[in-house]
This record gives sequence, structure tokens and C-alpha cells, in this order.
Amino acid sequence: MHEIDITLTVNGERVSERVEPRKTLVDFLRDDLFMTGSHVGCEHGVCGACTLRVNGEIVRGCLMLAVQCDGATVETIEGLSDSGEIADLQAAFEQRNALQCGYCTPGMLAAAQDLLKRGGVPSRDEIREYLSGNYCRCTGYHAIVDAVEAVAQARAGGRK
Amino acid sequence: MKPAPFAYKRARSTAEAVAWLTESDARLLAGGQSLIATLNMRLSTPSLLIDINGIGGLDGIAQKDDVVEIGALTRHAQAGRSDVIAKHAPLIARAIPHIAHPAIRNRGTLGGSIAYADPAAELPACLLALDGEVEATGPKGKRSIKACDFFKGLFETALAPDEMLTAIRVPAATGQTRTGFAELARRHGDYAIVGLAASARADGKGLADVRLAYFGVGATPVRAGKAEAALAKGDVDAAVAALELEPPDDLQATAAAKKHLAGVLLRRVAGQLLEAR
Repeated sequence: MHEIDITLTVNGERVSERVEPRKTLVDFLRDDLFMTGSHVGCEHGVCGACTLRVNGEIVRGCLMLAVQCDGATVETIEGLSDSGEIADLQAAFEQRNALQCGYCTPGMLAAAQDLLKRGGVPSRDEIREYLSGNYCRCTGYHAIVDAVEAVAQARAGGRK
Repeated sequence: MKPAPFAYKRARSTAEAVAWLTESDARLLAGGQSLIATLNMRLSTPSLLIDINGIGGLDGIAQKDDVVEIGALTRHAQAGRSDVIAKHAPLIARAIPHIAHPAIRNRGTLGGSIAYADPAAELPACLLALDGEVEATGPKGKRSIKACDFFKGLFETALAPDEMLTAIRVPAATGQTRTGFAELARRHGDYAIVGLAASARADGKGLADVRLAYFGVGATPVRAGKAEAALAKGDVDAAVAALELEPPDDLQATAAAKKHLAGVLLRRVAGQLLEAR
């Protein structure tokens, strides 16, 4: 099967590669670019471990093909970490034990940041609903909701 | 798992996509939120994927006179943000937050959901409840297909193999329009165990033209005709008693549980329909 040339921006760097059409975006990032921060869980859109940003919006990395990202801007957990955009969220996850094994954490952070960058302080129910597409099998979610809520309040200028 | 190999072409126009559809075992790639999952699981192994995401002009939302037309490539998230849909197609606005999760709503399309016709999906039931129609484009041009004629069976629609769903159309809401929507799922955003989309017209203190479309209870969205008639008379208990659904057992629930839940949902939706809009 013929391969296709794609050029995209990944975490601010321009990347040109030749890919098989059947390669998903998350496999491309992990296997071709060696960015292994985005995790592969269920491979059918249910677990959210591969959640990352394409053109500013969160998507499932397992439900987009790399060939579809020609010309796109992709941001992974590596980029979100390096830019400092989610430093407060990462610190809150650590402080509140909002992760144990850490497998869900990159996707969880990407989804949480997507909610928080809208501004305001979402209710706990809204946080739970927004993160409903991201499975965590360790924490029971309570600490994750605590961490996201605390960051929302801190960013809004409140205490906690 | 990983997808089996396939060829990939980007269509620049609907005509090009439709022409390529005649190639053996080609599939259209819209949002891909169901298709790519089935590719990954190798439940689907097409020889060619025709990517229609680059076709311009397929993602508009417009109200013209008494109709709201939504382009097939409109993303769920885009529909959820649309003032036109909130005002003129409120049933769809009610349904969108129940469709999967934010990351999936950013990619998934309204046209894709309806063309895929998952029996547990929200939008096919909404289209049926609204007495809407789809626009299909084939080699000979466009035709309209009413929702009641469109959903033929499990994942089966009236689209011909060389046709592409290019838009959906629903009647624009009026001051008398009432809508209701509810579903039960184990996790928010999962496919429903049972769901109900409903529309009606306020008629004095009661309702007329009640349309109840259940999903997750059969191979297609299912109307509940006798319950509609009872609800139009304002008798919610009689409407629940008149439900004649025959859901199959599935991995989520037994048929008996689904029937019970269908009644629970009918009471909730009846409350929404009878509220002032």
C-alpha cells in the first residue's frame, strides 16, 4: 500500500514524514516521532488515554489518522508540559494524589485543561461530566475532581 | 489492534467523492469517530477511504423559512455552539450534550452519525422525532429521503452504495413547538441503554402531533404510536401503559429492564413536553 507524505506542526516544530494511511495519529506520534507521552489504551475511542490537541481542540489520537493531520497543528502532553501551560494542573494532580499508575494522566490533563481554558469555575458535576470520556482505574476520580476544581478556583483568583 | 491496510484519497468536491464511491469497497471518512474505531478493531476492512473532510461548504447551519438545514460535515461541537440550532432546532440542542465526550464531539459529524445509523445513537432518533429528512447526493444529483423511510435496519439506510449524505433538514421550531429528550447510560456519553427523543405541538393546555422516537430498543429508532396518541390526550399513565416496544436483550440490559426504563424515560420526557418552552 502506498505511503503518503505529510507535513504538520507538532509542539511547535515542523515535521515532514511519510506514513501509511492506516497509521493512527497516536501511533504516528509514538512510533515515528518517539513522543510516547500520549498513551494507547482501548484503541476505539472509549478510554481517553490518547487525548491530545489538533488545531486547538482536543481529539482522540486513536480516532484520527496521521494522514488526516497534513497541515495541522498538533499538541501533545510533551508540548503542554514544556510550555508551562498546565504547570499548575500538574502540580495539583501531584499534591492531591490525582494519579497512581499515571497511564490516564496525559489524556486527563489535556481534557481538564480544555475545560479550564474556557474560564470560570465549573461545578464538580460539570468537571465529572467533562472528564467522563477519560477512564482512570486507580483513583476513583475523587482526587482528580479535587485537583481540577482547585486549579479552577486558583485561576479564577480565589483561594485554595 | 491496528487497521488493515487501505488506500486513502482526499476528495475536493462532493462530485469527486461520489465518483470514487463506485470503486470497490470504498468507504467515506467523515468524522471517523465510529469508522476508525471499527478499522482499529478490524470489524471493517475497506480497500479505499475517501476523506471528505476537505470538501468546502458541507458544514453550514442555516434556517431558511420553516426549515433548518445542517450540512453533513457539521461537527457535534459546532452544532452544540450554534445559536441557530438552539433557537430553531431545540431537540438537537438537547441531544448533543449526550453524544459521547468533548473530544469525540469535536470530530464526529451529524451527517456521519445519521448515515451510520447506530440503533443506540441519539441523532437518528431526533431526525425521526422531528419528521426530518436527509439529502442524498449521487451520480444523478440530489434527492430527499424522509427519516421514516431512511432507517431500514441495523446499520442499514436507504442510501444507495454510490450516494453520500450531504445534509439533513428538520422543520424549524415555532412558538408552539415542544421537545423532550432523555436517555439512560451507565456512564455519561456512552451509548444509551434506552433513550427517547420527542417533539410535539402545544395545543391549548395539551399536546398535538406528538412524536416519540426511542433508541437503543431495536434495529432502528422506533416510534411509539399508541403512546403518542395517549400522551396527546394528556394521559401520561396511559401512554406508559400503551408502550409496545420489543427491545432485545443486549450486553447492557435485559429486554425487561429496557421496557421498564422506557416507561421511566417517557414520564421524564412528558414532563419536558408539557413545560412551557
